[in-house]
Amino acid sequence: MRGATHARWAACAVVVALAATACGGGGSDSGGGDGSGTVSSSWGDPQNPLEPANTNEVQGGKVLDMIFRGLKRYNAKTGAAEDMLADTIETTDSQNFTITIKSGWKFSNGETVTAQSFVDAWNYGASLKNNQKNAYFFGYIDGYDKVHPESGSQSADTLSGLKVTGTNTFTVKLNQKFSTFPDTLGYAAYSPLPKAFFDDHAAWVQKPVGNGPYTISSYTKGSQMSLVKWDDYSGDDKAKNGGVDLKVYTDNNTAYNDLLAGNLDLVDDVPAAQLKNAKSDLSGRYINTPAGIIQTLAFPFYDKKWNTSGAKKVRQGLSMAINRQQITDTIFQKTRTPASDWTSPVLGEKGGFQKGLCGDSCDYNPSQAKKLVQEGGGLPGGQVKISYNADTGSHKEWVDAVCNSINNALGNNKACVGNPIGTFADFRNQIGQHKMPGPFRAGWQMDYPLIQNFLQPLYYTNASSNDGQWTNKDFDNLVNQANAETDTGKAVKLFQQAEGVVRDNMAAIPLWYQNGSAGYSDKVSNVALNQFSVPVYNEITVN
Amino acid sequence: MGRYVIRRLLQMIPVFIGATLLIFLMVNVMGDPIAGLCGDRQCDPATAAQLRTEFGLDKPLWQQYLTYLGNIFTGDFGTAFNGQPVTELMKSAFPVTIRLTIVAILFEIIIGITLGVITGLRRGRPVDTGVLLLTLVVISVPTFVTGLLLQLLLGVEWGWIKPSVSPEATFGELIVPGLVLASVSLAYVTRLTRTSIAENRRSDYVRTAVAKGLPRRRVTIRHLLRNSLIPVVTFIGTDIGALMGGAIVTERIFNIHGVGYQLYQGIVRQSTQTVVGFVTVLVLVFLVANLLVDLLYAVLDPRIRYA
Repeated sequence: MRGATHARWAACAVVVALAATACGGGGSDSGGGDGSGTVSSSWGDPQNPLEPANTNEVQGGKVLDMIFRGLKRYNAKTGAAEDMLADTIETTDSQNFTITIKSGWKFSNGETVTAQSFVDAWNYGASLKNNQKNAYFFGYIDGYDKVHPESGSQSADTLSGLKVTGTNTFTVKLNQKFSTFPDTLGYAAYSPLPKAFFDDHAAWVQKPVGNGPYTISSYTKGSQMSLVKWDDYSGDDKAKNGGVDLKVYTDNNTAYNDLLAGNLDLVDDVPAAQLKNAKSDLSGRYINTPAGIIQTLAFPFYDKKWNTSGAKKVRQGLSMAINRQQITDTIFQKTRTPASDWTSPVLGEKGGFQKGLCGDSCDYNPSQAKKLVQEGGGLPGGQVKISYNADTGSHKEWVDAVCNSINNALGNNKACVGNPIGTFADFRNQIGQHKMPGPFRAGWQMDYPLIQNFLQPLYYTNASSNDGQWTNKDFDNLVNQANAETDTGKAVKLFQQAEGVVRDNMAAIPLWYQNGSAGYSDKVSNVALNQFSVPVYNEITVN
Repeated sequence: MGRYVIRRLLQMIPVFIGATLLIFLMVNVMGDPIAGLCGDRQCDPATAAQLRTEFGLDKPLWQQYLTYLGNIFTGDFGTAFNGQPVTELMKSAFPVTIRLTIVAILFEIIIGITLGVITGLRRGRPVDTGVLLLTLVVISVPTFVTGLLLQLLLGVEWGWIKPSVSPEATFGELIVPGLVLASVSLAYVTRLTRTSIAENRRSDYVRTAVAKGLPRRRVTIRHLLRNSLIPVVTFIGTDIGALMGGAIVTERIFNIHGVGYQLYQGIVRQSTQTVVGFVTVLVLVFLVANLLVDLLYAVLDPRIRYA
């Protein structure tokens, strides 16, 4: 039968071809336990060009964390800001700071890190003409309004509050008192930049040069970045492996499958669908630790219906109607922790995290919820619509669950509905235009592990991320006082008092703290996630 | 023939303009892309305004479109939001997708047509029924199911292949993704060929060829198959464009950084330049493939002539 022979031939061809690819595969190298091995890790395509002050998402942040070291660095375990390049940061009034940097630090292209490297970098980051998305980080420094006016063109190119006073010293003058300012300096936007950055910017962006434990050996945009250990690195947190290959994955499911098949060493975002199996699949090589991320429901206070005196009770009622424990257990497989305050456990008690600060309002109590909503005059417009973007992050699932919980508690299956918005950009767009028809999803990933960062940008009058336009004089006063307080312990206390104001008014409903999840192969050990849910790459060892 | 080609090429111009305009309008309806660029916080207004000027988003839509069209003729497809020129994205994406498409088309031609001929010649026999059932299964199972299943079995469970494709995306690595991508079309090619062969088997010229005493192989390939290929070629021709643009699912599953991946990123990030640029090129591919198909008709069936 000729037909049959044909078919058999075709089948054989496929099998041969498959075998050939299998032979060609298996390129994952490991150099053994002497520290020369390379770690391969999943990565996402950074959204913005890789510049310290222009990177505002995790994927680009990962790279900056490997190739840059700033004045401070956050301890991966405790979250405390510890001196890195900073020798001393001195102030007497919480407004004028004198910063001395350690000498002997170098960029990987041989340039010395000086005070000028910092001042130049900060001036670049703040300047409006450079379009840096993190420019607002420099907003506390004197002269920011001239370099980065809210509209129109800038009238100065450099921040008047920054002055180089010596090779290794510079002074910073802030436009308001800000006692915890030194602790913010661990954020990547404050990294120093070499002269090469300003001389040939295009070339630098193609292959960034920094002062961290790794250098970039090759970068193919959109597919892979290879970083190698930099032997002449000046710090004491040298890389314990030979290098890291960051591979761009289109889908975290594929990355996870690659990990299972042994083609990848580290996945720092276990897909939601696999969370159930991850523990057994990876036999213990699965990490699930808290990160500095909190999810809340924000309210449109610009809408009169939500800004009545009774609406406060309605917000509290809604909060009590949400069964956080059940939702985090079933939908998120315990990768979220029910929130009981407005900060994050990664701050630690010393840093201002206070478990249970929210009190009864965050406990599931359907009967009390119903009562409060009725006392508050019922739901504004008879129904709450929770808005979220439907394109990423599988928000639909939990929004539907939250609505179910509310509907059950209020005994009305039309009390709450989800309001999906097609794309993230459009979602942000509608928030920006103050068009939200009701509560909306508000995620907050901290910039630095400080209680200030969980409160001021979100709830201070007209603050950068106060999307609901909540405003409260007591809160603002307490934040001002806290910022002026030189004693950190007292400052934290004042911030907690301010958080109490947020609670009493239920300015936003805290939902849950988010964990970082990661899985790794048996070829690597010492894998941990820091508070930003980014793997601490330099600590990873290859077996 | 020459005049026919020229006429067809001229017809491409309005199609091209219409298609780009439509895509331009559609992407713009999605709202202000700058709003999503700053993550979960509001872009500060000054930076947002600056970015808008940089990407030309502050001008009226018709002006943006005209500037865009003008730039295209100089080979400038604009800049994606991550600062890379769109042409650079195309340079990295198209070779990969073209390789993937070639693999898929080869599968369609080799397996699809072979199976089609076999079943067409043996209508009603067990082989025919078996293949028909098989194609039915393939058509009814969505690509992402086949893709994920093959990835899980061949990649994770048995370790025959790597579950993901490396950035180089060599032909060897693309065999399984190519098969997944081709699967549904492959089933259609089989069915089309089968029907066409079965129909033409009874035609006069085949009877004549057999009566002349030509060897069976020659009758099947030169006379029967060649004339039966016209609908199949039409299908495969239009499929080239569909495969290149529609590979989003397959490319996502196997981590292939091709056109589908770039389009997906462009849509999620609302990067007008990326989406319009890639779709423009895809439209051109469609048009050229269709032209080639039409020209192939004359080669396959000399009775077809172009004035």
